[in-house]
Amino acid sequence: MRTPSARRPKRNALRGDKRRSPNIGDMRKELNMPATVGDVLKCLKRMSDVIHENKEYLTELDSAIGDADHGTNMDRGFQAIAKKLPELVDKDIGDILKTCGMTLITTVGGASGPLYGTAFLQAGAALAGKQELEPGDLLVAGEAALKGVLMRGKATLGDKTMVDALTPAIVALKEALAAGAKTAEALEKASIAAETGMKGTIPIQARKGRASYLGERSIGHQDPGATSSFLLIRTMAETAHEIRVQGA
Amino acid sequence: MKKLINKPEDIVKEELEGMALAYPSMVKVSLEPKFIYRADAPVQGKVALISGGGSGHEPMHGGFVGKGMLDAACAGEIFTSPTPDQMLEAAKKVNGGAGILYIVKNYTGDVMNFEMAADLARSEDMKVQNILIDDDVAVKDSLWTAGRRGVGTTVIAEKITGAGAEKGYDLTKVADLCRRVNASGRSMGLALTSCTVPAAGKPTFVLGDDEIEMGIGIHGEPGRTRMKIKSADELTEMMALSIIEDGDYSRTVHEWDEKKGDWVDVTLVNKAFKQGDQVIAFVNGMGGTPNIELQIIYRKLNEVCEKKGLKIARNLIGSYITSLEMQGCSITLVRADQEMIELWDAPVKTPGLRWGI
Repeated sequence: MRTPSARRPKRNALRGDKRRSPNIGDMRKELNMPATVGDVLKCLKRMSDVIHENKEYLTELDSAIGDADHGTNMDRGFQAIAKKLPELVDKDIGDILKTCGMTLITTVGGASGPLYGTAFLQAGAALAGKQELEPGDLLVAGEAALKGVLMRGKATLGDKTMVDALTPAIVALKEALAAGAKTAEALEKASIAAETGMKGTIPIQARKGRASYLGERSIGHQDPGATSSFLLIRTMAETAHEIRVQGA
Repeated sequence: MKKLINKPEDIVKEELEGMALAYPSMVKVSLEPKFIYRADAPVQGKVALISGGGSGHEPMHGGFVGKGMLDAACAGEIFTSPTPDQMLEAAKKVNGGAGILYIVKNYTGDVMNFEMAADLARSEDMKVQNILIDDDVAVKDSLWTAGRRGVGTTVIAEKITGAGAEKGYDLTKVADLCRRVNASGRSMGLALTSCTVPAAGKPTFVLGDDEIEMGIGIHGEPGRTRMKIKSADELTEMMALSIIEDGDYSRTVHEWDEKKGDWVDVTLVNKAFKQGDQVIAFVNGMGGTPNIELQIIYRKLNEVCEKKGLKIARNLIGSYITSLEMQGCSITLVRADQEMIELWDAPVKTPGLRWGI
């Protein structure tokens, strides 16, 4: 982790100029420079930390309308991803995401493994060979991920699943980018939409997955899958914001 | 709560190691990835039966590996379906050249993972069929839910299908047999307590001293209704009648069409029980219920079946498909024709079920 002092803009001592001289970070902010491999790896590490911090919470949610293993399963998968990250520094973004997908498929199990695994695999396929992510790439990957989840799980909006957080997030991302928002802002909008979608699962009766066996008793509980989806999207937004604020 | 375990993350590995040491004439174990397989695998020329699921249901499925039943069983984390790499490696290990049958309990995760595994196995030149078990009448329909869960009939299907494979049935006949057993079975369960998943550290749900959960699955999740406890006879009658009076049940499942070379939607129908049907009656303990109670339940079940004109041809009483230490039971009735009865009687030698050899 870079220390704050490394981030402080250097003063132009010769000219005694009180204004900050431009640094890479400011330039990136202004020009909405693309995300790098390093940014993606940083985001993935952050995701593994966030899932780890929320392991008990996700398990609580999954106890109410499931079998109490969502937090444990997701944590296992994302810790496995975190362990792999150092080996991925020389890979392109497509390969990195595909590796994450395969890792999730072979470590998470349950329905979450195939669903999140497919999401990462499809995102990775959409970004094959890329060394940088333009804002538009983010949308292409996001749409591919969502399409993979829909194909694999066959849920629709309103079934009380991760789809209820992912779909509004992608819609919001698309709208924000179309309106000219920069990456960090667009992801922030996506995160807010995911949060609304997640909370929106509370009053719904589950029609898919283990929660559906409970019938009406699933009403009043937030869906664990929608929650983990929101957490991952929020992490993307926070990472993008941090990169933007702190510079390269 | 107190458990006889070491570290929670080592439970499945240590259980498999214990099985390998205890039953070397019947099974061998792979720890990476995790699955248990017949000691004499591969059996050349025989369709290989593979099942699997989350751990925590022992003896199912690992305890049913051996002659006359499963060729391999994949062990997932507790209550979590195993992953495609486990299922693929298991298939490679037990492939006898006559095809693979994956017996899949109908849970979203199991279905997805076994489908992905089947595709992987096919890409390695194996012929594969996936047959679902979905016998739980507590789930009313499949339109607004993930469909009926695979519970007690799974054990009956693994035994009967295993005998068919042992007899030399080809892949199509084995798959048809498994589909027929599933179409003939119905189950219902109840719980007096929940269970504690070791990694979670506390019970999945909490029942009051006088409460029970009716219509449970096998993963410690809440059931359909919570109600006050009644006598064993009253509860047995409730469960038995919900099975016997369940109407024809229709749903759509995904199966592989060998000719088309793709997954297709297949509509399956379970016919309701009727007077004169011959059945295999299975009274199952959820893990924490003593045999003395299971016998009391069987006594009443026998009476209800007689009253309803069902003839119990064979029975199975004990804890075979469990949910860790949950107190509770499930009842399964499988309408059985002569062929199914013969295959049920055929010899079997596995850690969890053994007769005839």
